[in-house]
Amino acid sequence: MMNHSQPQGADYNYTIVRQFALTTVLWGIVGMSVGVLIAAQLIWPQLNFETPWLTYSRLRPLHTNAVIFAFGTSALFATSYYIVQRTCQTKLFAPKLAAFTFWGWQAIILSAAISLPLGITSGKEYAELEWPIDIAITIVWVAYAVVFFGTIIKRTTSHIYVANWFFGAFIITVAVLHIVNSMAVPLTLTKSYSLYSGAVDAMVQWWYGHNAVGFLLTAGFLGMMYYFVPKQAGRPVYSYRLSIVHFWALIALYIWAGPHHLHYTALPDWTQSLGMVMSLILFAPSWGGMINGIMTLSGAWHKLRTDPILRFLVVSLSFYGMSTFEGPMMAIKTVNALSHYTDWTVGHVHSGALGWVAMVSIGSLYHLIPVLFSHGRMYSTNLINVHFWLATIGTVLYIVSMWISGVMQGLMWRAVNSDGTLTYSFVESLEASYPFYFVRFLGGVFFLTGMFLMAYNVFRTVKAPKDSLPAIAEAKAA
Amino acid sequence: MTNFWSIWIIVLSSVVIIGCVFLLRACSKNDTGVEEGESMGHSFDGIEELNNPLPKWWSYMFYITIVFGVIYLALYPGMGSFKGLLGWTSSNQSVRTLEESKTAVQDALKEGRWVQYDQEVIQADEKFGPIFKAYADTPLEELVNNKEALKVGGRLFLQNCAMCHGSDARGSKGFPNLTDGAWLYGGELETIKTSIMNGRHGMMPPKGGLPIEDSELPGLAEYVVKLSGREHDAALAAQGQGSFMKGCFACHGMDGTGNKFMGAPNLTDNAWLYGGSRGAIQQSIKNGRSGVMPAWKDVLGEEKVHVISAYVYSLSNK
Repeated sequence: MMNHSQPQGADYNYTIVRQFALTTVLWGIVGMSVGVLIAAQLIWPQLNFETPWLTYSRLRPLHTNAVIFAFGTSALFATSYYIVQRTCQTKLFAPKLAAFTFWGWQAIILSAAISLPLGITSGKEYAELEWPIDIAITIVWVAYAVVFFGTIIKRTTSHIYVANWFFGAFIITVAVLHIVNSMAVPLTLTKSYSLYSGAVDAMVQWWYGHNAVGFLLTAGFLGMMYYFVPKQAGRPVYSYRLSIVHFWALIALYIWAGPHHLHYTALPDWTQSLGMVMSLILFAPSWGGMINGIMTLSGAWHKLRTDPILRFLVVSLSFYGMSTFEGPMMAIKTVNALSHYTDWTVGHVHSGALGWVAMVSIGSLYHLIPVLFSHGRMYSTNLINVHFWLATIGTVLYIVSMWISGVMQGLMWRAVNSDGTLTYSFVESLEASYPFYFVRFLGGVFFLTGMFLMAYNVFRTVKAPKDSLPAIAEAKAA
Repeated sequence: MTNFWSIWIIVLSSVVIIGCVFLLRACSKNDTGVEEGESMGHSFDGIEELNNPLPKWWSYMFYITIVFGVIYLALYPGMGSFKGLLGWTSSNQSVRTLEESKTAVQDALKEGRWVQYDQEVIQADEKFGPIFKAYADTPLEELVNNKEALKVGGRLFLQNCAMCHGSDARGSKGFPNLTDGAWLYGGELETIKTSIMNGRHGMMPPKGGLPIEDSELPGLAEYVVKLSGREHDAALAAQGQGSFMKGCFACHGMDGTGNKFMGAPNLTDNAWLYGGSRGAIQQSIKNGRSGVMPAWKDVLGEEKVHVISAYVYSLSNK
């Protein structure tokens, strides 16, 4: 299973990777728990306990920030620091600065976890944190870039591995997006106003918002995929040329896609058209990553039967392919006229967030954690298997229920009577959505339960005595 | 949009789209010096990369989306200030007022431009206009007996009025209950229609603008409670009557039955827009109240207001 050509951990800085890997599990549980709570609040509103800091409006940004920037980004920190060292065959550049990125990032997460429930928000989706925290993010992020690119520069390999292209693009672009979108005029320590106004503000917001998806949640995690899939499968990457085309096309096109969030609004027609066209052309480059990942398994398909870690990775690629097909379709204005503002959007996001981002991270962590703690394998492969099924069923329940309720809402909102009046009032569509909210909640519970199993499995692996967890013989042969 | 920005947009978007074509063509050929299917010869932490060709079906899919994109951008606005061959726009995006909007609709029709929103409105008017025309030509007295019309009115009410008055039309604090027969401006068919058409602005200044001391408020509230026919403290109410006579009667009438001409509430009907507790009444007197019902004639048009009026009337006249 582990084809490590170097002496394990001898030359690499694993401390920072261990720290980020473990916090990934912790923040995953925290972020997803909040998600399950607000999913429950949509069915049982009394679950806010009449407390301002437990209301849906404050916990929803806490959920999104926690899963994207605490869980997802910690996973990216961990894997990028690990991969850049191993594929450049050199120790991490500026180890103290790297340590600063860990403690700095945790401090930012903590300040988000306090300020968002207090109702301190800039009101920009996925960028709710107020200006002092925004400045802190910028500083930590620049430090991250220095560590990452410093390591690339001092590499001992001749080429830069494809995973690092994606990590590099993700780090640079997120810095640009964050700085431009967070520009604001501070009023007090906890309140600022956006530098932009009207349709421009909306466009900047969604240029940021969609590229948070494109560069953080797609490019970054493709970097993860390009290392852990070939590693876990023990197979070479399918096509070098495909990785070149899909990398450059992906980063060139994604940056244009934001306007599809603002179809049929005050945004000028030309911006909407360009956003739609670029989103549609983005379809093939997105699939390039999926093809390259899945085809890497050729000659190793039989391993899927015994290796739940590989299953996590492959199923994550399938969900990635599904949601990157769905996305360009939803960007088409005619489809968007039905899907916009409905639960379909929520389902689409979660097929990416649960199916792709979380599952590829979980698979990667199951590969990574034994290496980091000098074991041959995780404490329990059976638990990984159970986690795999919980995560898969949870994701399917979530997205199927949101598809149905989303399409139903879209159809109900546009249904007209023979006299031209709307057939349904808004409340009627809400009432009809309740059963699906319950199924969604159930899906969330499944997924979260899996995360608890993972935490237990990780705990037992970390605590296991030396040499008590040897690599599995069958997989070793690869 | 200035020429500079137009060219900026055209050049940038063309570079990206054309760049994709070149990239795809370049990588479709094997210029790597390595045979197809073989390893590229570099290894990263044990990971090698094969030189497999791009999947054909995938390349075609990529080209098809690019062709679609180019055609779309030729037909629709997208390339800077180029309007697109179809002359299509989603709406008159630059209008700022209702007047400008009306002019823009006429201009577009004259110039034969396809403004999608305007066209949809025109089509809807053609299809549904006759139905509402027929209702509008029916006197309200007759319309209230037309079950079908009341159904239509009910749906219009749910979509336009329920946000404030509630889907059961029972209102809430500050928003009148339309089912209790208590009318601020009168419950006759024509009056209801006037209220909806032109809107209403009900305004009670703090303490009615009268020289009333805060110490008088409990008495005044008690008197108002008495007027509504509820149990009260007679001595306190008698004090309050004195305050009432300072001028409250000018709007609410000597007997407290209000004045429908100016929307001054009837204080004797025990219907309370802002709450009937002694505290709420004192609050209303002390700080005054201001309630706005917007005018709907420009939003829905008279024909639809006509139907809604019949429905609202029917709520308290079963």
